[in-house]
Amino acid sequence: MFTAIQKYFQKNTQAAPLAVFRVLFGFMMFLGIVRFWANGWIEKLYIQPKFFFSYYGFEWVKPIGNYTYIIFAICGIAALFVALGYKYRVAIIVFYLSFTYIELMDKTTYLNHYYFISCVAFLMIFLPANVYFSVDAYKNPRKAFQMVPKWTIDSIKLILGIVYFYAGLAKLNSDWLFNAMPLKIWLPSKYDLPFLGDLMQQPWVHYTFSWSGALYDLAIPFLLLYRRTRWFAFALVIIFHVMTRVLFPIGMFPYIMIVSTLIFFDTGFHRKVIRFISKLLRIDYSKMVALSQTKKYRFKRNIALPILAVFFVIQLLFPWRYLAYPNELFWTEEGYRFSWRVMLMEKAGYAQFKIKNTETGEQFLVDNTDFLTPFQEKQMSTQPDFILEYAHFLGEHFEAQGHENVAVYAESYVALNGRLSQPYVNPNVDLMKQRESFRRKNWILPFNDTIKGL
Amino acid sequence: MKFLKFGIFLALVAANITACSSDSDGPEETDDAFDRGAMLANWADNIIVPAYTSFNSKVVEMEAATSSFTATPTVENLQALRAVWKEAYVSFQNVSMFEIGKAEEVRFRNRLNVYPTNVSQIEDFIATGNYDFALPSTIDKQGFPALDYMLNGLAETDAEIVVFYTSNPNAESYKTYLTTLSQTIKGLSNEVLSSWTGGYRDAFVANTSSSASGAVDKLTNDYIFYFEKALRAGKVGIPAGIFSNGTLPQNVEAFYKKDISKELLLEAINASVNFFNGKNFNGNSNGASFKTYLDYLNTIKNGENLSALINNQFTVAKNKANELNANFVEQIETDNSKMLATYDELQRIVVLLKVDMIQALDVTIDYVDADGD
Repeated sequence: MFTAIQKYFQKNTQAAPLAVFRVLFGFMMFLGIVRFWANGWIEKLYIQPKFFFSYYGFEWVKPIGNYTYIIFAICGIAALFVALGYKYRVAIIVFYLSFTYIELMDKTTYLNHYYFISCVAFLMIFLPANVYFSVDAYKNPRKAFQMVPKWTIDSIKLILGIVYFYAGLAKLNSDWLFNAMPLKIWLPSKYDLPFLGDLMQQPWVHYTFSWSGALYDLAIPFLLLYRRTRWFAFALVIIFHVMTRVLFPIGMFPYIMIVSTLIFFDTGFHRKVIRFISKLLRIDYSKMVALSQTKKYRFKRNIALPILAVFFVIQLLFPWRYLAYPNELFWTEEGYRFSWRVMLMEKAGYAQFKIKNTETGEQFLVDNTDFLTPFQEKQMSTQPDFILEYAHFLGEHFEAQGHENVAVYAESYVALNGRLSQPYVNPNVDLMKQRESFRRKNWILPFNDTIKGL
Repeated sequence: MKFLKFGIFLALVAANITACSSDSDGPEETDDAFDRGAMLANWADNIIVPAYTSFNSKVVEMEAATSSFTATPTVENLQALRAVWKEAYVSFQNVSMFEIGKAEEVRFRNRLNVYPTNVSQIEDFIATGNYDFALPSTIDKQGFPALDYMLNGLAETDAEIVVFYTSNPNAESYKTYLTTLSQTIKGLSNEVLSSWTGGYRDAFVANTSSSASGAVDKLTNDYIFYFEKALRAGKVGIPAGIFSNGTLPQNVEAFYKKDISKELLLEAINASVNFFNGKNFNGNSNGASFKTYLDYLNTIKNGENLSALINNQFTVAKNKANELNANFVEQIETDNSKMLATYDELQRIVVLLKVDMIQALDVTIDYVDADGD
């Protein structure tokens, strides 16, 4: 057993798939940043709001006014350098840090897809993705190699497999499978799609989408791994992600996933891709290849493997942390994020905050639009950690204004997956007295229903 | 074999491109069970345009009565003007929620009904003659609340009010201000109505797209925003002191006229109920609306009968509002708990609209990437 493992880590393979992955990933990230910028979202999401929601422990990560544009510029340039394979190690570290910083600035914009990109970028710091078909390799033939350890490519397959498989596991619940929720809410509103608009109204379509979505997520990593099913699987990947692109506002992610799954294809395919890119950019392909030594790339210090081993153990275990909380996950969202729960539920909410002077009993309600953007208010009203952080912000804001003995109460309602709205947080609990922590939030009112499954 | 695969790939890419570009193109007609185009047509043709037409005729009358009064400032003419002002103000409650298109562009509600009105600055404007109602900073010196002050708030008795327009050394300036107020309202009303009748109606009805810029999503957001901010908070919550330490009776709508605040509220609630049910503005028939849309979606979802819950809550709130004094200033000063009770019932409607209805309709709030979790 041990020797088998040792043997596996000795195995080498062609570097081409890793190089193609680097080029496409860097290029997609660059496009993603340009798109974000062009949509005016930097201004809208990171400069205009007066208040930003922080992740627990990362309260120090904030937008820096107009300089926030510089972070995006750095991130975009780093992505381009990654694509070119120019000063790769520095570029990928800078990309990872700047991209992660951007995502940590305001959790209102949390998307699993952004987390996915941070994970892949972290992984890529430790991979020799620049030894082939890169500026680094071109400029310094001693850094050019044709072979890399097999596990480096497999590690990317593994992270992709985890994303899909866990997203599939998360769908194994009664709302998704037996009530076709939330697709029953989402799909009918796509009435204006050409050809598909009418179909989107049909319950059998909602169930078909629910079940096939779950099956797709669970099966696709395995279908991609086996040579015989690979092309079929790739066709499924395209159909699935094109559908999600058409139906849901998830931006670049479908394209990133389609491109990422190319890593499963063998070297011959990637050579063709490299030849194609070379032709497009008029690079002398044969010269590029001739430069690479037939030698194998070797890791100088042996830190990459242990770090990545820890990384993957965390990846495998972290999504299960919700089991440590007693209440319904979808209702309390304790342990919901960073677990590949993608497009999984529909929540709408309303939260009204009351500032009370505990001595005199004087009280008044807060107009949320004074402090939050519509998008922030929407996200805040359904997620307890947002409600708590905002309550503290309000309390401190009004204390600074000279109010005394400030207590903050929230009257809130949430509707989950088409159920009728019901009270969400305990309106009699002074939220100023509650602290954010990993402990369960006992001020969230009970869900009064059960969702069975994982 | 390879060509086949490549062909499939290309076909899918092409399908994707056409699907994505449909975001901006005019969507094709669909004949699924609920026709949003028909709902938009019902809204425009049977509710919005008739309501604006009716409002506009009142505003024209008001402007005429203003001319008569400034030409001959008598107590009778003042009372006549006040009567049409009131009618126009009541009529305004039927159009205030449609802040879309031209109305949104000119900030119709802000131009016509920001209260409390700023009395000291109005007096300043009259004294200096220096004002431009197009400036955003002047929204609390114009519209119906400013007219309220000019017609009801200058003095205790009608005879004393008329003096401001006759023997007051600044009488000419008072007349000019009054005229400008009336004319500005008429101008804005005319602008919005002629935009609806002059082509915006067709653009509105055709904009059936399911996105933050689609007409259904936009007007739904406008409707709920109006109900939450202008109706629930503006007419009841703010004066009742919900958002402040202590009550704010001076923030009552039509503060100087005093005895019509309840009538304005009830008219606004009625207008909201009627719009929800798609009731024809000039008749009793109901057309496609939020109600029929929710009922249709519920045939798919099989959940609670949301439209009935909302209609019931509308009735409860209306009954509570009916218990109030015609004059909210008196109501607040004698027994504010009734105002608070009305607010609570209105608040329940807000929750039903903003949480349950928004979820059922899957209305988009804004254009940003979000994976709905």
